[in-house]
Amino acid sequence: MIAFIIRRLIQSVFVMLAVGFIAFAMFNYVGDPIAIMVGQDTPVEQRVQLRQALGLDDPAPVRFLRFVGNAVEGKFGLSYRTTEPVANMIAARLPATLELSLVAALMALLLGIPMGVFAGLYPQHWLSRIMLTVSLVGVSLPTFLIGILLILVFSVLLGWLPSFGRGDVVRLGWWTTGLLTVSGWKAILMPAFTLGLFQMTLIMRLVRSEMLEVLRTDYIKFARARGLTNRAVYFGHALKNTLVPVITITGVQLGSIIAFAIITETVFSWPGMGLLFVQSVLFADVPVMSAYLVLIGFFFVVINLLVDLLYFVVDPRLRAQDTTGRGI
Amino acid sequence: MNGWVHRIRDSDLYWSFTRSKLVVVSAAITLLFFIGAFGAPLVAPHNPFDLASLELTDALKPPVWIDGGDAAFLLGTDDQGRDVLSTILYGSRISLVVGFLSVLFALVLGVGLGLVAGYAGGMVDALIMRLADVQLSFPAILIALLIDGITRSVIGQDRHSDIAVFVLIVSIGLSYWVHYARTVRGSVLVERTKEYVLAARVIGLPGPLIALRHVLPNVMGPVLVIATINLALAVITEATLSFLGVGVPPTEPSLGTLIRIGNNFLFSGEWWITLFPSAALAVLVLSVNLLGDWLRDALNPKLR
Repeated sequence: MIAFIIRRLIQSVFVMLAVGFIAFAMFNYVGDPIAIMVGQDTPVEQRVQLRQALGLDDPAPVRFLRFVGNAVEGKFGLSYRTTEPVANMIAARLPATLELSLVAALMALLLGIPMGVFAGLYPQHWLSRIMLTVSLVGVSLPTFLIGILLILVFSVLLGWLPSFGRGDVVRLGWWTTGLLTVSGWKAILMPAFTLGLFQMTLIMRLVRSEMLEVLRTDYIKFARARGLTNRAVYFGHALKNTLVPVITITGVQLGSIIAFAIITETVFSWPGMGLLFVQSVLFADVPVMSAYLVLIGFFFVVINLLVDLLYFVVDPRLRAQDTTGRGI
Repeated sequence: MNGWVHRIRDSDLYWSFTRSKLVVVSAAITLLFFIGAFGAPLVAPHNPFDLASLELTDALKPPVWIDGGDAAFLLGTDDQGRDVLSTILYGSRISLVVGFLSVLFALVLGVGLGLVAGYAGGMVDALIMRLADVQLSFPAILIALLIDGITRSVIGQDRHSDIAVFVLIVSIGLSYWVHYARTVRGSVLVERTKEYVLAARVIGLPGPLIALRHVLPNVMGPVLVIATINLALAVITEATLSFLGVGVPPTEPSLGTLIRIGNNFLFSGEWWITLFPSAALAVLVLSVNLLGDWLRDALNPKLR
C-alpha cells in the first residue's frame, strides 16, 4: 500500500515536470518577451541589458528551475495582451470555471444514477430505450451544437433562461459565487447541463450495465430469499455495489469537465478560465497559455492521484493484493 | 469482373451491411455528403465565394417555405447574401478534407512511432510511450488548441491565416496519433516474435526493412478501423476549433465556421443561418459514427 502510494506520487511528479517543461519551452522559446515589453525604438544595448536583468541569458536548466520555482509560487509573468499579471487574471476567473464544473459533475451524478438504475431495472421499458437512444445521439454530437440548441429553445424561443454570463454574483473574500442568487442559478443551468451531458450518459450507461450484472448475482437471489423488499434489494444491495466504478469514473472525468469547459464557456460567454484560454490562443498570448497548461495539468494529476488512492480506500479487495496498475 | 461482384456479395461484410437498415441509411447519407461536398462546384446552386455574384439585397432571406423567401435560395441567405445551401456544401468539403488529412497525418505519425517503439524497444520505446501516456491524460481538443496557439505565435498572426488549414490539420493530427501508436506497438510486440520475422532476420535483412515490409502489413488491420472511427472525431474537432475561432478563416468557412458566424444572428430571428449548418454537421457526424461502429463490430471477430 505504501509502496503503491510512493510509486504513484513519483509518477505524478514526473508528469507534472513533463507538463512544466512543455510550458517552460513555450514560455521561453515562443515569441520574444523583450520585443513585447519594450517599444520599437529601444536601442540594442538596452535590450541586452534587459535580457540580462531578467536572466534570459542564463543556461536553460537554470531558467527551467527558476520557472518551476516561480510556477510553484504562482508567478507566471505578465499577459502579452493586457499586461496584467497572469496569476491575477486566472485567479479572477477560476471560481467561475470551478463552480460550473462542480455543478456539471453534480448534475451528471444526480441525473445519471437514477436514470441508470431505472434502465437497469427495466431494460425493456420504452423509457429506458428512449434514454439509451437519446444518450447515444447526445454523445456523438459536438458539445457546442448542444449548447446552441439549448440557447435556441430556452433563450430565443421560450425566453426562460439567459444565454450568456453568470447572472448576479456574490463576493466571498476573493471567491465570487453565482450560487447564492436566483439569476446565478438560472444562468448556470444550461452551461452546466451542456458540460455534464457527456458524463451523465457515461454514468447512466455504467450504472445500467453494472445493475444488470449485479442483479444476476447470487447474493441478490439470497437477499430476495430472505424476503427483503424490492427497495432494499435494489438500493441497499444492488446500487451500493455499482457505485465504486461510478466514483472512479466521476473523479477521472472531473478533469475532463474542467478542460472541456473551454467550449461550453465560449458558447455561453461564461467568464471563466476556458474563455480566457481561447482568447489567449487567438491572441498568441503565450504566458496565459502556459499558465493555463500548468494549472490544468496540476488539476489532472491531483484528481487522478486522489481517485487512485480513493479506489484503495473504497474497494477492500484491492488492498489485499498488491496491484501495480492504475485504478482503471 | 463478375467474380469481383460475387466475392463482394458473398463476403461477411456485405452480409452484415445489408442486415442493418440503420447502417445502409447512414452509408447512403455519408455517400450523399461526399458527392455534395466534393462536387460542390457542380451541385451547389450558387458559388458563395464568387464575390461578384453576391448582392447585398439578397442578404438575410429566409428559407423558401417562409414568407419573404426566394426560390433561388432554398435554405435562405446569410448576412452577406450567400446562399446557405451552397455554403453548407462548400463548407462540408473543407470539413471533410481537413478531417481526412488530419486522420491521415495522425495515422502516418502514429503508425510510424508505434512501429519504431515496438520494433526498437528499450529507451526509444520507453520515451515514445511515456510521451503518449502524458498526452493521453489530456483531452485532444486541449492539445489541438495549444498547438494552434503555439504555431500562431511562432509564425505570426498575419501569415497564420494563409496556412490556417495546414495548421489545423497538423494540430488535429498531433492530438490523435496516440491511439494508432499504442495499437500498432501492441501488435508489433506480438508479431516480432513470430517465425516469419525470425526467418527474415536469419536471411540477413536489415531491421528497418523487416519492420516496413514484413511487420507493417500485418498490423494495419486494426489501424484502419481506428481511422474510420477517428474520422468523425476529427470532423467534430475541426468544427469545434473553427467554432471557437481558431480554425479555418471566415473567407473559406467550414461547417464549424458557418455555425460560429450564424450564431450571431440567433437572437435577431435569423435562425436558419446557424441551424442548417448545425443540422448538416450533426447528420454527417452521426452517420460517419454509425458506419465506423458498424465496421468495428463487423471486423472484430477476425481481428481477435
